Amino acid sequence: MSHRYLPVTEKDKKEMLEAIGVSDISELFSDIPESVRFESELNIKPAKDEYSLLRELNKIASKNITSTTHSSFLGAGVYDHYIPSVVDSIISRSEFYTAYTPYQPEVSQGELQAIFEFQTLISELTGLPVANSSMYDGPTAFAEGATMAAGTTRKKRIVISESVHPQSLEVVKTYCAGQNIEVVVAPLDGTKTDLTKLDELVNEDTGAVLVQYPNFFGTIEDLEEIERIAHKHKGLFVVNSNPLALSLLTPPGEFGADIVTGDTQVFGIPAQFGGPHCGYFAATKKLMRRMPGRLVGQTTDDEGRRGFVLTLQAREQHIRREKATSNICSNQALNALASSIAMSALGKRGAIEMAEANIQKAHYAKEAFKAAGFKVLGDVNFNEFVVKLNKDVTEINDELYDSGFIGGYDLGLSFDEYRNHMLVAVTELRTKAEIDEFVERLGEYNG
Amino acid sequence: MARKDASPLIFERSIADRFAYSLPPVDVETKDINSLLDDKFIRKTKAELPEISELDLIRHYTELSNKNWGIDTGFYPLGSCTMKYNPKINEKVARIDGFATSHPLQNEKAIQGSLEIVHDLQESLKEITGMDEISLQSAAGAQGEWTALMMIKAYHEANGDHNRTKVIVPDSAHGTNPASATVAGFDTVTVKSNEKGLVDIEDLKRVVGDDTAAIMLTNPNTLGLFEKDILEIRDIVHEAGGKLYYDGANLNAIMSKVRPGDMGFDAVHLNLHKTFTGPHGGGGPGSGPIGVKADLAKFLPKPLIIKEGDTFKLDYDLPQSIGRVKPYFGNFGIYLRAYTYIRTMGPDGLKKVSEDAVLNANYIMRRLEGTYELPFDQHCKHEFVLSGSKQKKQGARTLDVAKRLLDYSFHPPTIYFPLNVEEALMIEPTETESKETLDNFIDAMLNIAKEVEEDLDLVLEAPHNTVIGRLDETQAARKPVLRFEREDIIEEKK
Repeated sequence: MSHRYLPVTEKDKKEMLEAIGVSDISELFSDIPESVRFESELNIKPAKDEYSLLRELNKIASKNITSTTHSSFLGAGVYDHYIPSVVDSIISRSEFYTAYTPYQPEVSQGELQAIFEFQTLISELTGLPVANSSMYDGPTAFAEGATMAAGTTRKKRIVISESVHPQSLEVVKTYCAGQNIEVVVAPLDGTKTDLTKLDELVNEDTGAVLVQYPNFFGTIEDLEEIERIAHKHKGLFVVNSNPLALSLLTPPGEFGADIVTGDTQVFGIPAQFGGPHCGYFAATKKLMRRMPGRLVGQTTDDEGRRGFVLTLQAREQHIRREKATSNICSNQALNALASSIAMSALGKRGAIEMAEANIQKAHYAKEAFKAAGFKVLGDVNFNEFVVKLNKDVTEINDELYDSGFIGGYDLGLSFDEYRNHMLVAVTELRTKAEIDEFVERLGEYNG
Repeated sequence: MARKDASPLIFERSIADRFAYSLPPVDVETKDINSLLDDKFIRKTKAELPEISELDLIRHYTELSNKNWGIDTGFYPLGSCTMKYNPKINEKVARIDGFATSHPLQNEKAIQGSLEIVHDLQESLKEITGMDEISLQSAAGAQGEWTALMMIKAYHEANGDHNRTKVIVPDSAHGTNPASATVAGFDTVTVKSNEKGLVDIEDLKRVVGDDTAAIMLTNPNTLGLFEKDILEIRDIVHEAGGKLYYDGANLNAIMSKVRPGDMGFDAVHLNLHKTFTGPHGGGGPGSGPIGVKADLAKFLPKPLIIKEGDTFKLDYDLPQSIGRVKPYFGNFGIYLRAYTYIRTMGPDGLKKVSEDAVLNANYIMRRLEGTYELPFDQHCKHEFVLSGSKQKKQGARTLDVAKRLLDYSFHPPTIYFPLNVEEALMIEPTETESKETLDNFIDAMLNIAKEVEEDLDLVLEAPHNTVIGRLDETQAARKPVLRFEREDIIEEKK
């Protein structure tokens, strides 16, 4: 045996080659054209023992500044939230994390039931009856919502608000480019969608109107008004939403959204440098058979026991091939499981309590900035708001690291009109003392 | 195992006033929520999340996990999925605080550790694939396929070549290939396989033309056979002005033996969750990096992660980029596992991985041929496809054989794929399985063939030893129940 992961011994190899009827392993590779065979050694680092490798990687990790080492006011789509210890304990069970997609339901009931529960939780939060078993992340789920809406309405034009996450907008544009769907961006009015302009831009050729709720600036968009605009010309209404906020806010489904997407990173998934997180996708019953991704359905076995299977697979790539509505194959099962556990641990009461703590602490921070004389933008917010500063925010953030803070997102990186503006996130984890110190520390950049 | 009662849903375990959380105190001055939010934005009906104590929550999921099969449970020879051992050090590395709590939107100086991993993994994958540039951004294999096709589209358009609307895909290809071509805006053309299970060169010459954007190939292909005419295929497609796309699903067979870049491929995607031990997680997350030759590099998704001196940087200066395909930097948590694995194996280890994977597959194949029909009699690579046509004549379909395998405590192979083999059974043992495990699996397969002859009903009624029997999939699709509804709500709706 040459490596702890490779159990074939020299003796095994000899017996196996004999059974195969060849004398040397190289004969099994003889169909590779000689001129392109790789004869040298791969130029990668030599193998390292377990202890030394862990030590090296720990050292590399320590070069990062994180929400563990610093007090973080950075969100912008990825948030520092409470993760109950039960989450990691359960997702570390290898029956879950070393399993494949549950194509053999008799030995996958655990995963299938967990996903069925995930679908139910997402349906509850979004106010829509059908949710799939998860997508790659919020922005790609949003983009699938755009292409699905265009496909369903057969209208190759969508209107999307500039108040969505700038990276969502980029991803939506890339996805739409593949299918020749025109992407029209509705401008901002302060930190919200300009509803008058939106109304002007939406016409009979518009397959979908896409907004984010709460939006990228933390502001709560008026979904009642936007729904009216979206449906006026028979387009679909697609909303990307923070599911934590939805435990407290009126769900988009109740405002008449046809598709609701988002990311469940807020429930039980660490930032991990941006991924893997977990997208969700919910829709009306009418759109069920056009949805992308896997769906788990309830059924019974040959003796009437309740059980779960992957269902409505006729929509999917492995059956429909070039006629599939999406090419998505894998989902984010393990992350969906993590989020389900977190949602269940919080439960009906805890999710609301956590959402409210975000609103209260963000509101306190906002008022503290105002009281200290800062200009603060936005009116009704969830856990983020905009503060105007007197200097480039990226430069300020470099200086804040030395004081133990991770500052908010530099809006100037994405919006010309918001140079020197910081998007501050305040979650339930920040204490009053941290908020007060942060406001004070930013004092020198006021103006 | 034996039949067990259905587990209650977590919603059915819910008892009002129970909970399993501990939130930090709200230590700021609070206001009435009605003064902070407009009434129309305040939710009136609460979301029905379950209410359960911490121990009962743990027991619920532990019970579910006991009804699930993973690689750590037993042999999982699922063809095309590379169900190899998922090393435990990987999980430990992914949970190091410095990585797990690293935020992607920080200044470069705060993320040097994360960027170092991304960069070094890119460099390793360049070497393993023989490509010039790597982007790790794509979330999974299917997204990698689509990303590379979008780049190929941009490449042709930048050359003023607007009529290249077609992507050639072999009839044995995985369903994601044609689906990815469609969502990238191409039409799919199928090229036939010949009697040896390889791309039919004459048919390829017939379908290739000045409308060819690319051909998508898996090599070894989905039958586990190496496309030995790859250089001829390369020349035919390149001479027609098309690009060669390599689906890396089967890279586990050829590491350090032959590199896609050296075979003439212009673009490739890899599945880090297959070849490089990112766990499959019950269906994801995956990670599908792409590699390209220099002439496609300017179309890569933004940003690139580069090294200048000793500093790692983000490069957004890519005017011809196809844009962003995924937020932030892709599935970093999976990069950590893949990187740890590559560092654990080293060059000698990766070579041995492919050799042992191929040895194990050929061994099972030769021991089972005869009992099961082997449609293509030649050395396979890391996997092979049998046909259950003989058993079908005796009354048992491949599905029945698969279900019976569950009784022997083996996860079944991939069935009914690829489409060009009747009653296909696609077996991929991987290199991490011992000869004893392979022998036990072979014995089970031989026994089942005997059972088909002698006790057909035993096979047709399988599985007997699982927690649940065969499930009614028709009912599930005809009357979809996709979420839990409380009894009282169901009553109300009636």
